[in-house]
Amino acid sequence: MGDGEMGEKSDRKQAFLQVRNLTKMFGSFTALKDISLDVAEKEFICFLGPSGCGKTTFLRAIAGLDIQTAGTIKQAGKDISNLPPAERDFGIVFQSYALFPNLTVNRNVAYGLESAGEGKETISARVNELLELVGLADQGDKYPAQLSGGQQQRIALARALATSPGLLLLDEPLSALDARVRTHLRREIKTLQEDLGITTIMVTHDQEEALTMADKIVVMNHGTIEQVGTPLEIYREPATLFVADFVGEMNQIPAVLGTKGTVNINGISLQCNSFKGKKGSSGIVTIRPEDIVPIKKSAAAKTKNIMDVTISEMEFLGSFWRATLSSKKLGDTSLIADFSANAARRLSLVEGASIRIELPQDALRFYEDGA
Amino acid sequence: MADTSTLSAPRIKPKVGRDDRIMRAFILVIGLYLVVTLALPLYTMLSKSFNTYSFDLTRFEIQIDKGDGWGETITPQTLNEATGKYKPEDLKTSSDGRLSVVSMIEGFSFRAKTLYRLRNIEAGGAFLSGSERVTDSEWHEYTSNEFRRVVLKPVKATGLDNFVQYFSNPSLFNSIFNSLFIAITTTIITITLAFTFAYALARSRMRYKGLFRVIAMAPILVPSLLPGIALVYLFGRQGMLHDLMGDQSIYGPIGIIAGSVFFTFPHAMIIIQTALSISDARLFEASDVLGASKTKTFFTVTLPGARYGLISASFVVFNLVITDFGLPKVIGGQFNVLAVDIYKQVIGQQNFEMGAVVSVVLLIPALLAFSIDRIMQKKQVALLSSRSVPYEPKVNKRFDRIMFSYALLVGGLIVGTLAVCQYAALIKFWPYDLTLSLTNYDFDVMDGGGWGSFYNSIKLAIMVAIIGTVVVFTGAYMVEKAPGFGLGRGIFQFLAMLPMAIPGMVLGLAYIFFFNNPDNPFNFIYGTLAILVICTVTHFYTVSHLTALTALKQMDKEFESVSASLKQPFYKLFSRVTVPVCLPAILDISIYLFVNAMTTVSALIFIYSPDTTLASVAMLNMDDAGDIAPAAAMGMMIFYANSLARLIHHFASKGLYAKTQAWRKR
Repeated sequence: MGDGEMGEKSDRKQAFLQVRNLTKMFGSFTALKDISLDVAEKEFICFLGPSGCGKTTFLRAIAGLDIQTAGTIKQAGKDISNLPPAERDFGIVFQSYALFPNLTVNRNVAYGLESAGEGKETISARVNELLELVGLADQGDKYPAQLSGGQQQRIALARALATSPGLLLLDEPLSALDARVRTHLRREIKTLQEDLGITTIMVTHDQEEALTMADKIVVMNHGTIEQVGTPLEIYREPATLFVADFVGEMNQIPAVLGTKGTVNINGISLQCNSFKGKKGSSGIVTIRPEDIVPIKKSAAAKTKNIMDVTISEMEFLGSFWRATLSSKKLGDTSLIADFSANAARRLSLVEGASIRIELPQDALRFYEDGA
Repeated sequence: MADTSTLSAPRIKPKVGRDDRIMRAFILVIGLYLVVTLALPLYTMLSKSFNTYSFDLTRFEIQIDKGDGWGETITPQTLNEATGKYKPEDLKTSSDGRLSVVSMIEGFSFRAKTLYRLRNIEAGGAFLSGSERVTDSEWHEYTSNEFRRVVLKPVKATGLDNFVQYFSNPSLFNSIFNSLFIAITTTIITITLAFTFAYALARSRMRYKGLFRVIAMAPILVPSLLPGIALVYLFGRQGMLHDLMGDQSIYGPIGIIAGSVFFTFPHAMIIIQTALSISDARLFEASDVLGASKTKTFFTVTLPGARYGLISASFVVFNLVITDFGLPKVIGGQFNVLAVDIYKQVIGQQNFEMGAVVSVVLLIPALLAFSIDRIMQKKQVALLSSRSVPYEPKVNKRFDRIMFSYALLVGGLIVGTLAVCQYAALIKFWPYDLTLSLTNYDFDVMDGGGWGSFYNSIKLAIMVAIIGTVVVFTGAYMVEKAPGFGLGRGIFQFLAMLPMAIPGMVLGLAYIFFFNNPDNPFNFIYGTLAILVICTVTHFYTVSHLTALTALKQMDKEFESVSASLKQPFYKLFSRVTVPVCLPAILDISIYLFVNAMTTVSALIFIYSPDTTLASVAMLNMDDAGDIAPAAAMGMMIFYANSLARLIHHFASKGLYAKTQAWRKR
């Protein structure tokens, strides 16, 4: 950062990437609707959403590959809204790797370095450095087709980093890989990003990927941003029902809002901390399966938010049991609850058993219909 | 929802980067090339077909001095009425028409001492005095002797008269039915033969498949008129097998159809073979498991799977036949077809307008066939799924033997045709002196331009192969990869597809109209080798363009994005990655252009000059002059040149492949 900016730095740190009122239309279809977003320097951001939500369109607008219809983008204080990709400062990795098939690994990585007027030795030193960085130092003379998918993706990453760009864009970089390689590469990319301190935006439809890698997740749907937050915020405090539903498992129970955060489910009254809306408005109450607590029937007196249910199904998933709970009061709606193997044994939770559960107040969230 | 007025921020106008500017410039340049070499000539030809010319005798004034001063001012109309020399229909003419004034004067003698004065009533009319063109409205004075060389020029009008004239003349419009009859009959025969042959290659385990495939492709290497010459030697009046013909003559529909089947066979075979080879093996297994008989499988799986290929091949064959000129010229006899009519009108009768009319008539079926073929090819692609499993035929001795016999028969006919031509070329004087000699190769003593024609053809083919490949591949790359610029790319794409629908004769005639006009700034290339190169590249543009596009579409779409993000210019990507990866397709384009430049007749017959005679045209001219054996000899020279080029291409591909395509090996 330049010396001139030192003065204001303490006051209000300017975002590295500023997106304001971005709209992208393809003919009459609006792919992005009036999106604004700030990305801080050195941050790892994930755009998460179902296919067709506009996350890739957003990334391509930032890269200048499909320039937005309206709205501005500033990177490092410079307005880049209408610049072609070649005049922006970023490196990009695609799902298809897009490695040049007729060039060796060395020459792929060196591709962006050659025109900078540097000597052959400087370039080859830099290439070696990059290959070492991604752990493929001995593969330089091979052609891309001779490498595995995971190796190819690491080469693509090395090539994107070669020119030391200020921004790294990753477009579903791990989707084409098999599960084990994916998990491994996730950790590697994250470590690399932290070591280099490079601002990174990754597009993914895989929530696990987003939750494990990102500093901040941008959840998108229908061309708009639903929520921006840390993985924990997104998971614990989903801002909208869409986020609640899209990220992780979530029970959804139709309910009516009462006063002071009471919600009414067919006569059962529950207290919940997070709610919005007027008294009497109908909506959905949510709770995660792992937040449902089985309790002894005797302990009932002290606790609020209890419900008597029958276990209609128990599914063994290794470290825990997934139970399907039903009750006359719930009607057709059934609850999914995850019980630890320990609790299941202690409270003898078996198929057909009638049990009492607690729905903790701080785990319940009410979303008004149509909000 | 799409109301842009609801945008909360101003619209962004993307900055056009340097790469984009260069790419657009390339599209514009190659697009302009296509406009000048295709769109404008065709437009000129179309407008010619609507031009009519007639002498308007009321547009001139004459005064006569028989020694007693100038008489009263009269028009040629008055003169003509007095003598009754010309009837109204006699005054219709072509653009080149001339009408002698003195032919309308009773008792004219060039020795008389009479003086004449002539003027255009309005400036812009025209008459010729000798070779001097007079267009002003001043009086011009002539002696009798001078006046006999004064001729009136016709005035031009626009209208459908030419078409009316065409359709009221049975000897002209009957050619439409003749052409359709030949094209449809040939299509049916060729498709049946080619399908069976392709079926044998794809679905049997017969031996020597590779050899049969090579033989089946051989007709592509010779001009379409070569089978005509072979047929003359076999079934002509003194033919080796003349007795087989009975009362029929080979000169006419039989000859045209037989020769057309020969030269269209490989084209149909390639398309059908592709269609059969992409059929999914899993469908055959399913049919087998469900207990369907072989016949039922054939009609429910094989045929439907190949249907788009069959339809596409049909229209390609139809188009090739209806637009072919060389073969019906050689063996058509009195049987008129459209392509030959154009030639007769233009070369025989110098009636360019009527030539243009026949061209327009020929364009209609050609355009129609082309459009249907395009639609079918698009559907064909959709049938191919990436999970299809290639079919592996099982051994079936009886079936394999039948297929082998069939392939042997067809292969034998193809080789036989070529052998007859080669034999004819080496015989001193059929059928009287059967000693072998090389006298027929002494082209320099015959019509057609001699050995020079052959070398011209080689020169032309090499230039077309090099220039054409560069232009076509660059154009295809720009149109495929340039971002934005939708309208420009759309127009370019249309222009690139157009040549395939334009018969060679039509293109050639359009070139006369366009480039032979002294007012055209490009007039200087008329009569040079350059115009032949340009015409041939344009004529064969579409197939080359499609080959290039197919190769380019297989490249990762994101190469350009990656390269731009690394701040590298597109031409670095183009030269370092795109061209090397597409090298096999580039070589295919160049050999396609070379072979076609060697064999084409139709487009070039109108625009070659005495300095730029060509082998294929020489064949035609020698045949016309009765030198059939030398024509056969020249045809075989073309065959050998093309075969050699093919061989070089084969080994060059292999060598380059080993050198530059090492990455393809895992």
